[in-house]
Amino acid sequence: MERRFMDSQIKGVSTGTTILAVTFNGGVIIGSDSRASIGGYYVSSKTINKLIQVHDRIFCCIAGSLADAQAVTKAAKFQISFHSIQMESPPLVKAAASVLRELCYNNKEELQAGFITAGWDRKKGPQVYTVALGGMLLSQPFTIGGSGSTYIYGYADAKYKPDMSKEECLQFATNALALAMGRDNVSGGVAHLVVITEEGVEHVVIPGDKLPKFHDE
Amino acid sequence: MAAYMSASRLEHAFSTNDFVPEWAQEEVSTGTTIMAVEFNGGVVIGADSRTTTGAYIANRVTDKLTPIHDHIFCCRSGSAADTQAVADAVTYQLGFHSIELDEPPLVETAANLFKQMCYRYREELMAGIIVAGWDKRKGGQVYTVPMGGMIVRQPVSVGGSGSSYIYGFMDSNYKPGMTKEECLHFCTQALALAMERDGSSGGVARLAAITEEGLERRVVLGNQLPKFSNA
Repeated sequence: MERRFMDSQIKGVSTGTTILAVTFNGGVIIGSDSRASIGGYYVSSKTINKLIQVHDRIFCCIAGSLADAQAVTKAAKFQISFHSIQMESPPLVKAAASVLRELCYNNKEELQAGFITAGWDRKKGPQVYTVALGGMLLSQPFTIGGSGSTYIYGYADAKYKPDMSKEECLQFATNALALAMGRDNVSGGVAHLVVITEEGVEHVVIPGDKLPKFHDE
Repeated sequence: MAAYMSASRLEHAFSTNDFVPEWAQEEVSTGTTIMAVEFNGGVVIGADSRTTTGAYIANRVTDKLTPIHDHIFCCRSGSAADTQAVADAVTYQLGFHSIELDEPPLVETAANLFKQMCYRYREELMAGIIVAGWDKRKGGQVYTVPMGGMIVRQPVSVGGSGSSYIYGFMDSNYKPGMTKEECLHFCTQALALAMERDGSSGGVARLAAITEEGLERRVVLGNQLPKFSNA
């Protein structure tokens, strides 16, 4: 509830939004809607991409002030590639999440952006990390965020199972996004999904009319 | 639109008093989760059982399912005082009307009585009410009268602070044409999910099924509620 309250106070363009990341057997799916709005009454973009690739197998998705999120991810992307070059190996998902956390925590007074980091690395496989508004870092099997996430807590709690297959996980993520976009006025547009596995990265876009429909639609 | 039901509007009217604990200065609220579902032959209604004054749980076994008439109930959310007062007034009006008509009242009548009161006094009241019941004319019906005093009939409706978290579950799991048992199961699950996530909802899940035959009440205790944790 606190997060939703803060979203509505963001000045300028905000990603009042729905974002999520879910681990499955062998990978992780990260997803979001595509709407950017001002004050909840004007949609400034119907098709923005909130899934930012910060390294080969690591993505993060943004919620909150779009400007803050873009600035932070730009800095984080640089720091993560630098770190990766120094270590001469792909970065750990936890390292990427920690970079975001440092930036969020040290600048907590000025920033209003939260992140979900998800990816795959050799050490721990698929992982999901949340970096909340004040800079808290938390690892979870799956997580949802943004203003639209309020409406799908019940659905996500009921339907998530550990060790799903890729298809089950895609269905879960698509349904969750569709349900949230159906109830939250500042989430909408298309559903962006990225499937990250050891083999690679697959981007799936589901336009609004192809999203699952529910009983009253 | 689900409202943040447990916010106290009267905070600014009271000055901070050191001798009275903070929870006694807050208004008593049924920050809550309530819901109602129509099925062929009746309705199923459900609610949690927590009443809070600020962070203190004033009553952990509240009954928010209030009978208005033999086959008509209402589920109350918002200010406990406001909803009790409105429900009492409507119960009186409806009883009188039913005697005048010499037949059981319609659910739509009860719902409109709630609406009239909630709309007329919308500035003073903080009440979100779901009216549900059975009558001979239209069978099982659910009417929602949220804060502000609108009225709309819906096959399934949720309300209270905990309802925000189960919109997605409700949209994906409700199917038209469910049986009474399926509706009861659906309500139990939805209430359990909301009670898990909403701090102002909790305790036991109270359910009731209203049909032509009459009323059937059930209580699902805390430890018997379905569990969804991934821990």
